[in-house]
Amino acid sequence: MKFNDAISGAALLALALAILFNVSSFPNIPGQNIGPSAFPGLLALLLAGCAITLIVKGLRGQNRQQWVEFGAWMKSWFHLRNFLITVGCLLFYILVSNGLGFILTATLVLCAMFWALEVKPKLIVPVAVVVTLVVHTIFYKGLRVPLPWGIMLPIQW
Amino acid sequence: MTYAVMMQAIGLVFDPYVLLVILCSALFGLFVGCIPGLTATMATALLVPITFFMPPVPAVAAIVTATAMAIFSGDIPGALLRIPGTPASAAYTDESYQMTLKGQAEMALGAGLVFSAIGGLFGTIVMIFFSPALADVALKFSSFEYFWLVVLGLAGAVFIGNSSILKASISLLLGLLIACIGLENPAGHPRFTMGLEQLMSGVELIPMMVGMFAVSELLRYITNMDPPPIIATEKVGNIFSGMWGLLKKYPWPLVRGSALGTIIGIQPGSGADMASWMSYAMSKKFSKEPEKFGTGHVEGIVESGAANNSSLAGAWIPAIVFGIPGDSITAIAIGVLYLKNMNPGPMIFVNNPENIYAIFLVFILANIIMIPLGWLTVRVATKILRVARNLLMPTILLFCIVGSFAINNSVWGVVLILFFGVAAFVLEENGFPVAPAILGVVLGTMMEENFVTSMIKSDGDPLVFFTRPIAMWLAAGTFIILLWPVGTWLIQRLRGKPAAGA
Repeated sequence: MKFNDAISGAALLALALAILFNVSSFPNIPGQNIGPSAFPGLLALLLAGCAITLIVKGLRGQNRQQWVEFGAWMKSWFHLRNFLITVGCLLFYILVSNGLGFILTATLVLCAMFWALEVKPKLIVPVAVVVTLVVHTIFYKGLRVPLPWGIMLPIQW
Repeated sequence: MTYAVMMQAIGLVFDPYVLLVILCSALFGLFVGCIPGLTATMATALLVPITFFMPPVPAVAAIVTATAMAIFSGDIPGALLRIPGTPASAAYTDESYQMTLKGQAEMALGAGLVFSAIGGLFGTIVMIFFSPALADVALKFSSFEYFWLVVLGLAGAVFIGNSSILKASISLLLGLLIACIGLENPAGHPRFTMGLEQLMSGVELIPMMVGMFAVSELLRYITNMDPPPIIATEKVGNIFSGMWGLLKKYPWPLVRGSALGTIIGIQPGSGADMASWMSYAMSKKFSKEPEKFGTGHVEGIVESGAANNSSLAGAWIPAIVFGIPGDSITAIAIGVLYLKNMNPGPMIFVNNPENIYAIFLVFILANIIMIPLGWLTVRVATKILRVARNLLMPTILLFCIVGSFAINNSVWGVVLILFFGVAAFVLEENGFPVAPAILGVVLGTMMEENFVTSMIKSDGDPLVFFTRPIAMWLAAGTFIILLWPVGTWLIQRLRGKPAAGA
């Protein structure tokens, strides 16, 4: 998704102003002329300058860009769907992995991704299970990462 | 270097565990580099969560070996599919593909392998002799000099080799602002934490890098609409035949490429891809037969194949001596060094010289084992290129998830990879380069500390930044880089249109 530079610039300008507003509430350090707000404040000022230049460039450009240009992949349902599934899988993992446990969550995530990328249907579940168990063994047994068991706690190994 | 330190370093490297790590990361690097869409930077980002569990020397050895291998093996799909495996091979992808079409795939790949290794060794030798001397000088540096060094590095990252300097600057500023998050600033005041406890200690580097360099690449793969490529040749014969002849025919291009690559590597902010573009252009310029370039002529491959590998070692010089990364790979590596309490800087040459010499040894070893392992990889290349990527990519996603979880044993790491993965993807779609941002994040704290310390020392008088002799020279260097855009413009004219998939 390509935004016109003016839109990106406006968003960055808003960010810079928010930072400037935020740092203005930082305390000063008694006896020193440079406090915690100095460095981020300076950066935010520079960012605001760059953002304004970007806005001007976006509005002026000779063959002006569209406000928002959807890349070819966003018009192809297959690619857009897969993008959303990938992001969705990460969100799903973040939300449920603690409760459901690593093994079930990871298997479901892999199944969804394999399905999206058109792996042969009869391979999806077996490969997802094997990959999950291999990764679990490497990290849980090998590197001692406490991956959550979730509802599988009673049968942990 | 004393004999005792050398023996200690040899002991550190020639340990069965370390050698096994080197072998595994070599195979990993060769595999990742060979698959189009998986870059050397991504190889590093994926390795980092694993190195998290290792002692310092094997951790660094894994990164050094994997990247050297990945940069060579990026040549393989270039020659066989006309798709560079890593951006560093893009400069001569068309050339080596033309050679394959002419039936000279062996020579294209052999030149890539042999001269990559020689270039890598060249850069390593420069590093071995140059960095201790530089560290001696660096011991005299104060906060003023360090401030300028950081600025110099960041200016290089923005002004060299980016098509839009404005967007690169914005990316850098965003990176520096991310580095401001949390408690770890000279004043110890919590900044921009948005009330989240997880942000008090700042944004963790490893999940951020996994997000920016691995998850964003996955998203790019998912949304890539190019038709699957066709393998140009099934059979690759003996890649070593004729190499001795090439070596005798092109000694100067080899030395020139290695030297230029090392210099580009040392120069903070630009790495292997820049080195290979520039040396390819230079090779064509100085060649006796420039008209043959682009038709399947090996000369440019000799020169830029050596350049991209020598730049890897070059990039480590400022990384070890000053803690200032020369490219995004060393930026990740510096993050690892800090995690391992092996803080880079001149003091490491005084306190832990054995670790530094161990790193040097790993570089030599990696470039030597590159020859047999690279040969093996070429033998099975057509099989690797057929690996079902619809099985591979989801598996990598799972590795990203587990790797980022493992840093703090918390799902917060996964939140970070999601955020930074999508952010890097959107930024790149809009023409903002990601590398300046990562350098900004790595160097932000150092920049602020030295800035604040200097300002306090000078009672708020900014003129002091220019009056100390070394500081003055560094300031002058910074301003030279600020005038670099003119040079970049020239390079872009020479380079012409970059190849597809670069």
